[in-house]
Amino acid sequence: MPTRTLTPGTDVLDRALVVDPGQRVPGRASGYPLRREGPAKLTGAAKYTDDLVFPGAWFGATIRSTEPRAKLLAIELDPDVDWSKVVVVTADDIPGENLVSSIKDDQPILVPVGGEIRHVAEPVALLAAPDRETLRALKGRIRLVTERLEPVFDPERSDHVFAEYDVTSGDLAAGFESADLILEGEYRVGHQEQLYIENNAMIAVPGEDGGIVIHGSMQCPYYVHKALKRALNVSSVQARVIQEETGGGFGGKEDFPSVIALHAALLALKAKRPVRMIYERHEDIIGTTKRHPAIVRHRTGFTKDGVLVAQDIEVVMDGGAYCTLTPVVLSRGVLHAGGPYRCPNVRLRGKATRTNTAPNGAFRGFGAPQTEFAAEMQMNRAAERLGISPAEIRRRNVYRLGDTTPTGQVLRESVAAEEVLEQAVTASLFERMRDRTRQEREERRGVDAIPSGPLRTGAHRRASGIGLAIGWHGAGFTGSGEVHLASVASVELTADGRIRVLTANTEMGQGTKTVFPQMVAAELGVPVDWVEYAPQDTAEVLDSGPTVASRTVMVVGKLVILAARRLKETVEARSNGVPFHEAFRDDAREHGATRIDQRFEPYPGVVFDDATYQGDAYPAYGWAAAVATVEVDLDTFEVQVNDVIAVDDVGKVIHPVLCEGQVEGGTLQAVGYATIEEMKLDNGRYLNDRLATYLIPTAMDAPHIRSILVEAPYSGSPHGAKGVGELPMDVGAPAVVAAIHDATGVWIHDLPATPEKILAALHAGEAGGGPGVGVMEPAA
Amino acid sequence: MTAWRFLVNGAPAEVEASGMRRLLDVLREDLGLTGTKEGCGEGECGACSVLLDGQVVDSCLVPICQVEGRIVRTVEGLSLAARERGSLDALQEAFLEHGAAQCGICTPGMLMAARAYLDAGGGPDDAAIREAIAGNLCRCTGYTKIVDAIAAVATPAE
Repeated sequence: MPTRTLTPGTDVLDRALVVDPGQRVPGRASGYPLRREGPAKLTGAAKYTDDLVFPGAWFGATIRSTEPRAKLLAIELDPDVDWSKVVVVTADDIPGENLVSSIKDDQPILVPVGGEIRHVAEPVALLAAPDRETLRALKGRIRLVTERLEPVFDPERSDHVFAEYDVTSGDLAAGFESADLILEGEYRVGHQEQLYIENNAMIAVPGEDGGIVIHGSMQCPYYVHKALKRALNVSSVQARVIQEETGGGFGGKEDFPSVIALHAALLALKAKRPVRMIYERHEDIIGTTKRHPAIVRHRTGFTKDGVLVAQDIEVVMDGGAYCTLTPVVLSRGVLHAGGPYRCPNVRLRGKATRTNTAPNGAFRGFGAPQTEFAAEMQMNRAAERLGISPAEIRRRNVYRLGDTTPTGQVLRESVAAEEVLEQAVTASLFERMRDRTRQEREERRGVDAIPSGPLRTGAHRRASGIGLAIGWHGAGFTGSGEVHLASVASVELTADGRIRVLTANTEMGQGTKTVFPQMVAAELGVPVDWVEYAPQDTAEVLDSGPTVASRTVMVVGKLVILAARRLKETVEARSNGVPFHEAFRDDAREHGATRIDQRFEPYPGVVFDDATYQGDAYPAYGWAAAVATVEVDLDTFEVQVNDVIAVDDVGKVIHPVLCEGQVEGGTLQAVGYATIEEMKLDNGRYLNDRLATYLIPTAMDAPHIRSILVEAPYSGSPHGAKGVGELPMDVGAPAVVAAIHDATGVWIHDLPATPEKILAALHAGEAGGGPGVGVMEPAA
Repeated sequence: MTAWRFLVNGAPAEVEASGMRRLLDVLREDLGLTGTKEGCGEGECGACSVLLDGQVVDSCLVPICQVEGRIVRTVEGLSLAARERGSLDALQEAFLEHGAAQCGICTPGMLMAARAYLDAGGGPDDAAIREAIAGNLCRCTGYTKIVDAIAAVATPAE
């Protein structure tokens, strides 16, 4: 994308961050395949789980605890009710292990009598009825008898640790010794709800073989498959999991679907008929995972020139009531906590503990948005303190080729921190805009910043600001995760001459169904429409791993490409060199089906030691920058994010339209995280547990987002692609908070930056310091 | 139970239901028109948006008794003419080309809100389009491509 020419003049400055309407070109996808399932989605023909009809299906419901922590003494069914017309399931009905299969075996499918309830809305019993009216009426006739136990809500007071990490490099004491400025800061981020617009939904159908078929909304069919096998004592064949059209996931449908699928399956097996478990929004919010709240403490040493010499970072994450994916969320958070900056002396410590709220789990970014917010706040505060531009201080510290990370990983290639930074600075006219906001601040000087007299009007009422943040995101699973997964993906030439891609990787809006056929078609030299994408059905596809961690295009895409290459070689060898696109139909007739299964092999030279946490934490990193401009209303302290320029290095852009879609969508989720998305709790209960009270940005709240895609290819991928999905989520929030600071002079250390917090910070006169924030400047 | 009569996508429909049954349920369950989605059930997300006499409404908030004798249009009826030719209409085509549909769950409602805006003579103005779809939440796209798609088919203001 060409960089805009800089022309002096207010008009240009005003519009600098606005996408020129003239740039809108209808038919932008031309040259790239259109979204494969797009027509079905656009005509209403696409079938999501709740759209499926199973004759005779009953409706399922979950009986949940109302206390954050209690001993379950009894489950009482109202004796005045005829319970023979419905089905009730308790822990006693679970044929296998009463465990939701995940990293640690600590979460029951249903709390057993005598067991401990650990969070509000924890599943205790299940009910299925032939119709919704009966279901609703009888739900209230099941009573839980409990004995209250003392809950823990503060992750720092919990004595149950899910995971801990401690990564050290260099000599921290010597690093701080050499610092001219030591900056301390404490940052807090809260729960964030994924808020996919399609709620969690599963339909379980008992199989004739004593097994179970699950139709549902999910990211990872094989996670659900494994959970069913363990809990129901069924074989791999008896458990069958089919992903239906999925209305968004963002991590929220990574691990949680196992829970709801197990519930539906238990009811269906007992009722001996299909059972629908379709959550309503309220239930989805109270009962499912959120982004982990975190406390991140920094002590950072800089030279007077703004060069990082020491980073001492402590991360505490609130895991909620059960472990779920917490150890790997924390791990990613800790490994990204320093930000994309070279620093010789580092200590990264992380701890995640158990509290009595619903378990926290995966959400786009997976621990990194929490810690990178803190890292960027530190960098921006240091820039201010040292009188260096936020862009310049980053130039002096960003990772460059050959630099070493705190785990000892040498960045040998595909490092684009500097490029994304420069592109963002240039495209946003960052320095010129900062000059202007500085002038505006000067003009406001002398006018009381806190409304004490009459309200402001007109131009005096709005303060504009601009903010910058950059980040990095490791692509694929952390450490040796991909090696343990050992994913398999396949490309098949069927006996009737069709070409099929077979993976377990799901389409949830990001474009898997479009880019995999696109990549295979390119390898085989055939039109993309000739390549089919097999359904995500465990009876049809092998386990190519979960659809998470920005791994689909990079990791599974590589397997798909290599399988296609081998298929091409096989067919061309059998046809004595006739090109695949001419030979494959005859080949299928003559030789029948040919299916190539491609198994993951470790990236060459990429080694990580899980025990010492040393080595290559990720095969490659994506790099991102965001520049946000905001206007803050000086009467109400509402923040309008006007524009965001998002620059993301994805290695190789496979499909520009879909790739931009990821960047724009991730950016808006980050803007919501920064400004309005807040989950308030009272005694372990979410207070804003509906869409009327948990707010996400509308089209009017959303900034104009301009995405600039950068390609710094990774040699470990045949196509050079890294990940894209999570990258923009890491940088949006700190850019917005920096812009709020530029407008108002206050730093908000605690997301989201609500009007109440901005007002409170202005009252406290927090321009430089504030609670939990310290600065030490050793005498020169 | 009462019989309610109304037009859906140009065809007459007659449904026996209690007057307070939600239009959303009538469409999805009684008429099998599952293109209209439920996201929140309380009029916040707009996934269930349909046109009632040309106005966008959240069908989760409309009892069927209010639909008697009226005209309902859903996503399935958006491109009846175009679908006979086996293709999408201009608005759907623009969504497809611009990448305005990702997971697709908000798409039917979004299309209906956009259709009402365009039918009312809405132009390609960014702010006006954003206001027209402000009742329809999308969590995937960041709205940029949706706004672009609608602008692409809007008639430029004179």
